[in-house]
Amino acid sequence: MTLNMFVQHFINALGLGSLYGLIAIGYTMVYGILRLINFAHGDIFMLGAYFVFFSTVMYKMPWAVGVGIAILGATLCGLLVDRVAYRPLRSAPRISALISAIGVSFFIENLAVVVFTGMPRPVVQPPMLMKAFSVGGVRLVPLGLMVPAISFVLVSGLLWVVYKTKPGLAMRSISHDIETTRLMGVSVDRIIALTFAIGSALAAVAGIMWALRYPRVEPFMGIIPGFKAFIAAVFGGIGSIPGAMLGGLALGFVEIMSVAFFPKLSGYKDAFAFVLLIVILLAKPTGLMGEKLEDKI
Amino acid sequence: MTQYALTVNAVTLRFGGLVAVNGLSMEIPMGSIVGLIGPNGAGKTSAFNVITGFYQPSEGCVEFTHRNGHTETITGLPPHRVCAAGLARTFQNIRLFANETALENVMVGSYVRQKGRWWMNLVPYVFRAAEAEQAEILKNSMTLLERLGLAEYAHAPASSLPYGAQRRLEIARALATKPEFLLLDEPAAGMNPQESARLLAFIRQLRDDFDLTILLIEHDMKVVMGVCEHIWVLDQGTLIAQGNPDQIKSDPRVIEAYLGKEAAHA
Amino acid sequence: MIAAQDTRTRDNALTLVSVGLFCVFLWWVPNNLDGYKLRIINLIAINAILGLSLNLIYGMTGMFSLGHAGFMAIGAYVSALLVLTPEQKVQMWILEPIAPWLANIHTPFIASLLAAGVIAAFFGWLISLPILRLGGDYLGIATLGFSEIIRILITNFTPITNGSLGLKGIPSHTTLWMSYGCLAIFLLCMVRLMRSNFGNVLRAVRDDEIAARTMGIDTFKMRVLAFTLGCFGGGVGGALMGNLITTIDPKMFMITQTYSLLMIVVVGGLGSITGSIVGSILVTTMLEWLRIVENPVTIGTFEIPGIPGMRMVIFSLLLIAVIIFRREGIMGMREFSWSWLLGLGRKRGGAAK
Repeated sequence: MTLNMFVQHFINALGLGSLYGLIAIGYTMVYGILRLINFAHGDIFMLGAYFVFFSTVMYKMPWAVGVGIAILGATLCGLLVDRVAYRPLRSAPRISALISAIGVSFFIENLAVVVFTGMPRPVVQPPMLMKAFSVGGVRLVPLGLMVPAISFVLVSGLLWVVYKTKPGLAMRSISHDIETTRLMGVSVDRIIALTFAIGSALAAVAGIMWALRYPRVEPFMGIIPGFKAFIAAVFGGIGSIPGAMLGGLALGFVEIMSVAFFPKLSGYKDAFAFVLLIVILLAKPTGLMGEKLEDKI
Repeated sequence: MTQYALTVNAVTLRFGGLVAVNGLSMEIPMGSIVGLIGPNGAGKTSAFNVITGFYQPSEGCVEFTHRNGHTETITGLPPHRVCAAGLARTFQNIRLFANETALENVMVGSYVRQKGRWWMNLVPYVFRAAEAEQAEILKNSMTLLERLGLAEYAHAPASSLPYGAQRRLEIARALATKPEFLLLDEPAAGMNPQESARLLAFIRQLRDDFDLTILLIEHDMKVVMGVCEHIWVLDQGTLIAQGNPDQIKSDPRVIEAYLGKEAAHA
Repeated sequence: MIAAQDTRTRDNALTLVSVGLFCVFLWWVPNNLDGYKLRIINLIAINAILGLSLNLIYGMTGMFSLGHAGFMAIGAYVSALLVLTPEQKVQMWILEPIAPWLANIHTPFIASLLAAGVIAAFFGWLISLPILRLGGDYLGIATLGFSEIIRILITNFTPITNGSLGLKGIPSHTTLWMSYGCLAIFLLCMVRLMRSNFGNVLRAVRDDEIAARTMGIDTFKMRVLAFTLGCFGGGVGGALMGNLITTIDPKMFMITQTYSLLMIVVVGGLGSITGSIVGSILVTTMLEWLRIVENPVTIGTFEIPGIPGMRMVIFSLLLIAVIIFRREGIMGMREFSWSWLLGLGRKRGGAAK
């Protein structure tokens, strides 16, 4: 493999990894606070991609407007999911909420089939993002660099919110002890809604960039990236935002590099993530940066 | 010479930097009723968890002597093997199988001594011995419920029982494992004075009827002083005193641990 | 005591009569109903077997498993590969030649069913050893991962599985007698198992694992055992399904398949054998009945076009509604008994007077 090709794979992996990471943040934040695997999160990602497709490709809106609509729309959907399907089950056993999450995910996917039809649709990439240029003999497109850069900026911003602002403090507090936080006068439901909003907005951004990278959208496009991102969150240590990003990057590199070096494995590409999940759950269930939770006897 | 049912040898339990139990040694005579007391967070339940196999001690070991004189080391055994060896326990915050009836709770306790395998129950009329054993377990469990005054609740879900009955059911379930040694974690918790007074007689009765050695953790000093022949006092993981109830009552270190320094000197 | 004896005689008589009536029904059905309805009745039995086996894992023993589709896939493929004739196999493998050792294996259907169950159980056992140390939702996601891995392996092991093309022309061995016969055996075993003390032990492991360990129960061993038995059921169910539909491919065993089983178990009632049967009847017929919304409907001169995908939208809404408004399902943890049914009738009758 030439250096040139390696750099291309590297940038490719960085892009894929940061997308996984962006989705993973939504999983990790919700799990950190509610101990719930938000199965519908991958579908919010899909909705984000569809919204941007409809606004820009079908209705010919400018990209900036389309992106705004997509983020807003996906955020509202995320909030709605929490309000309708999860909030009534806050005091129920955790598995009940999980089954509800499975139902919601299933619902959104099939509703998408009904509304958007099951056919994959091509996304037109803005030519400006695809204009290739070369640096030291390596051919690059702006999109390839834009994805990791935007992800980095968003994650930095999120970390600032979580660690430096009052709502961020409330989020961290809820993740330690929801009841005590409630007693401290924090409006727990509102903070949880905020968490869903942030996670959904990030998923929408990831969905938009995903639609640009693999230029098409389809109703089931969120399932596999969703699972993989959840695995990335577990790998990084569930509950940890830097961990989610790190896990996403690690998964992106494993997938791209193993296929780059061993092309024969390409049929098994989607299995890597699941194998990684099982290995990590057995070797270090708390992930790279997670905290230990223990049952009290 | 006194024979000891349980010997705890210099057991230390650490969680990271925190020392929950620090060099605890106890020798519990066979057939006695003894107590382990101390203020909140003294490490009593941690000591229970070491003895019953839930925690591995960082140092030290626990030895158990059967009625027939056979001695084995039980540290390092998982909880279910400790139970099979003949030690049964109850929990501070009751842990019954909530969705099952009182009778079923007790039957689960018998499983550890059951010889028939699961597949013997699949086909009728083939494994007569297993079926007979099953019937026997049902009968014995019912008898056990009757002896503990729980017969009326036999077919009620465990979670629907009144509090005191739940405590007794937990003991019944422990007895169904046919133990030689019983550990009770705060049996009098949540009981009013009349109920605790009845509990005293009940614990003695248990020891005599089932030929047990009993170790209990208790906060209710009336119960502890009334029933225990020997008492160990833990404070911050360390053994600070031991002796019979009268010695413990007058020990300044014990008073200090419970009430603070000034009270001890008053 | 005499009263109890009477009740038992009455119950046995009632059971015998209803089993007899049901046999008459099974004998009547093939000659009087069309193939489509026949298939639904068949599917009810198969889904009941699958639901029961998932209920054993999740409802009875409390292990949240989302991997049942994977074990169904194993069972379906094992059985299909055993009942397909050597000639059929040679014709079907187009992309790559079939593995030589596999080409000439041919067994009777019953043997293939057993093999399907045993091999699915073997994989279940193998997988359970590492992953049953996990609990709750982590277990769910890990089992889901395994079922996906199984699917990807099936897609890629072309010499054995014919890859993404799947297997076609599987003889339709799954007759009504076959599927209901299997269901009867399963049901009998489940009832006897859950009524024995072993059933109490499994429920104890579900309700409070720490207390169960204190009671001398090797909870890990129990969970492995229940999981393995459940996977056996999954394999047999998958095999029956393959021999009913006569065509299988890896896409059939996606997570959607597990969701409908989950729906059966949740709707019926977690931990209730009766519930899984009731759930299977309801969910299977509902899924078929909902096809109406996907077909065009003509009312007078108006034609309302069918909406593809609507069936699953309604299905998923129902799943959410059940979990939010009636979490314990129809039966809760209760079981059917004649006294209960007769009591119900009497209560209704009394109210009518």
